[in-house]
Amino acid sequence: MTAPALSTKGLAKRFGSLVVAEDIAIDLPAGVRYALIGPNGAGKTTLINLMTGMLRPDAGAIFLGEGDITALSPDERVRRGLVRTYQINSLFPHLTVLESVTLVVCERRRVAQTWWRQLTAYTHEIDEAYEILNALTLGPACHRVTRELPYGQQRLLEIALALATRPKVLLLDEPAAGVPREESKDLFAAIAGLSRDITVLFIEHDMDLVFRFASRVIVMVGGRVLTEGTPAEIASDPRVRAVYLGKARHDGALQRSLSGLAP
Amino acid sequence: MALTQSLDAPSLYFQSRTRWRPVEIAFWLATLLPFALFPDYLTLASQIAITALFALSLDLILGYAGIVSLGHAAFFGVGAYAAGLLSKYGWGEPLTGLIAAAVAAGIVGYATSFVICRFRHLALIMLTLGFGLMLEELANSAGWLTGGFDGLQGIATWKLLGYFEFDLYGYVAYAYSLAVLFVLFVFARRLIHSPFGLSLRGIRENYVRMPAIGAPSRAHIRTIYTISAAMAGIAGALLAQTTETLSLDSLGFERSAELLVILVLGGAGRLYGGLIGAVIYMVARDRFSGIEPQYWYFWIGVLLVTVVMFLPNGILGGLAKLAARWSRP
Amino acid sequence: MLPPIFGVLFDGFAYGMLLFLLSVGQSVTLGMMNFINLAHCSFAMLGGYVTVALMTRYGWPFFATLPCAFIAAAVVSVGFERTLYRRLYRASDLDQVLLTIGIVFISVAVAAYVFGTEQKPLPLPEYLRSSLTFLGLRFAIYRLIMIAIALMITALLVLTVEYTRFGAKVRAAVDNERMARGLGIDVDRTFAVTFALGSGLAGLGGALAIEIVGLDPSFALTYLVYVLIVVSVGGLGSITGSFVAAALLGISDVAGKYYVPAIGAFLIYLVMIVLLMWRPRGLFGRR
Repeated sequence: MTAPALSTKGLAKRFGSLVVAEDIAIDLPAGVRYALIGPNGAGKTTLINLMTGMLRPDAGAIFLGEGDITALSPDERVRRGLVRTYQINSLFPHLTVLESVTLVVCERRRVAQTWWRQLTAYTHEIDEAYEILNALTLGPACHRVTRELPYGQQRLLEIALALATRPKVLLLDEPAAGVPREESKDLFAAIAGLSRDITVLFIEHDMDLVFRFASRVIVMVGGRVLTEGTPAEIASDPRVRAVYLGKARHDGALQRSLSGLAP
Repeated sequence: MALTQSLDAPSLYFQSRTRWRPVEIAFWLATLLPFALFPDYLTLASQIAITALFALSLDLILGYAGIVSLGHAAFFGVGAYAAGLLSKYGWGEPLTGLIAAAVAAGIVGYATSFVICRFRHLALIMLTLGFGLMLEELANSAGWLTGGFDGLQGIATWKLLGYFEFDLYGYVAYAYSLAVLFVLFVFARRLIHSPFGLSLRGIRENYVRMPAIGAPSRAHIRTIYTISAAMAGIAGALLAQTTETLSLDSLGFERSAELLVILVLGGAGRLYGGLIGAVIYMVARDRFSGIEPQYWYFWIGVLLVTVVMFLPNGILGGLAKLAARWSRP
Repeated sequence: MLPPIFGVLFDGFAYGMLLFLLSVGQSVTLGMMNFINLAHCSFAMLGGYVTVALMTRYGWPFFATLPCAFIAAAVVSVGFERTLYRRLYRASDLDQVLLTIGIVFISVAVAAYVFGTEQKPLPLPEYLRSSLTFLGLRFAIYRLIMIAIALMITALLVLTVEYTRFGAKVRAAVDNERMARGLGIDVDRTFAVTFALGSGLAGLGGALAIEIVGLDPSFALTYLVYVLIVVSVGGLGSITGSFVAAALLGISDVAGKYYVPAIGAFLIYLVMIVLLMWRPRGLFGRR
């Protein structure tokens, strides 16, 4: 049996007496689309920070495929194929769109150490960057400076940066957050168009997206994994409804979906 | 502005950035003017060239990698003393002196870069300040080596390339300094337009994101810091060789702070900012050399406050903004 | 008979208390707004010169000038904060460094112009210049009083921060500025008051420093370095951190100069670098 693309065992993290993650055990088989949902403060972003190495766990281990990556630095994990995007855009404000993605491609191809050859000679890298941008409809905007882009396109660029690393596992932190309805079409197309070679885990509050893109859902509450299953199973799980019903006013969509799928 | 979607377009953008612009060529031609127009000021011109090189070295780490250093004069001083001591103890050949200075300063830079690369913000500023002050104290205490307050005596620079004698008027000194400046400038320019240069800008723009895209930012910072240190060392060596004098204030905090002012005045992150800043600052200082030092520092203080409040990207930044406004219909 | 090391510790601790007064304001405001104010010691210098002027030109007694030094520094600092600093709270480190260095240069020049560049002696009363002999060692009365003042102020600060509403707001703002704003705390107002208090304390420190280290226009730069060392080693936003770091630094400096005079200030910088490498956020810092 092949190892899952990404798995964690007994992951735990606390800040003083605040437990942000406890006994997290997750297995993501290759190519599957996972959604990670849960109320605010459940520890979803913390989990991503633990997986990517931005936070060091107090206990537990993380495996990427066969390899134990628990002790690896964040950039090492990226080089092995574990990449994330940010809930709030973390881009390079004064670089152009093309420069940003080219930067990532050059780093991936290990040419970023060379300082004697000019960028103009690296046509492979530039072309690859351009292709990625084109696939995400950012081609025409490639020479615009990042800070001048509309928010929706910045969100797309956020994904483009991640894709340029040729990830095996992609962690999307609320990819649609803050994107107005008019601009989200391209974004959804981008997410739908993600290659089946990539295992995707995305945090989302928008239940439309969850039901559209995820084949499995993980629910986190208070730093622990509550349950896991297909979207339909989760929607009809009474424990999940209990967790969410307290926030019925905010998660109207979930309410509607839950009631729509209830037996 | 319409962009074609052919795959030629992307690389063209990078090509257009790498090409030498007419205004740049004009600038470098203008640096030859002092030979013809200001022959009495060639010593000043050579000081300006040296300061410009020093500022360029700081721009590499500050303007391009975002490292605020309050102790860059340390490398200038190491290079200066390396060349000075070499000359004092018998070997005054200028070009090899430069190499020795680059190696000495580069080694110190490389060693400290391991500490520097791990920090940002206040801790980083403090560390650069701390290293600079430590070196100053060391140099002070090692008076037997550095000459202490009296300065290093006995520097005698041999003929350049075995042929050009350093004359009193400063012809050879300026030609020498200018040539070294130009060569290293071209080097820096190539570096900025390389993939490494792009990574440096990434570090400056968003330090936190770099590891998240798989970039070994610390290794990059160590590399550029070492290169910058070596370059500052070469500038210091030039000073020692062309003036044949050297004192402790070449590596003092005042020197580091002054350099920061020069670079910011011209505009950091634009390669030419340090050069422009050096020209303006040194000419102004020469004009007002009669004033008491504290009054000079008063106006520098006012200048700093003004630049930060009204011209945050320095003179070149301000010009760029104006140019952008004019070109918009 | 007490061995001389106690004398060194005493002098070092006194010096440390002086550094504490100079640094605590900087530490808290840096921790709160992340604003790098290199002109902090210019306010200290102002306090010192206020004391000098009041004593030499108007014949005030020493202790009467201390509140004035505090108030003068506080008021002037608020002036700068309202006009210049508040525009740069979101600016880059470099801009903050440059602006405040600019103010330092201006202050040094103004001080030199108004008061000249020589050190100003203070006409202190005799009893303040004398010392107490205890177990064979001489303890300067002035330093004893300074330690007493510093400890009183430390107690006041700790009580304020732990037990008053204002103190709670300060702690909240230092801990998580965004969250504090979100909770409705007027962080800007809290910061302005903290900044004024911190600068006032620096002014007080400047006044007290005259007898220990002397006052001349270069004070603003020379002691800036020490303050920055205390703040970065102690940890941003921490009163305890400033206290411990200042005491440590004061004792190291005096001990270093007493036992190994050839090394001079080198030791301090080395200690700072090592400590920062071990704990980049300072001994008591968070974030």
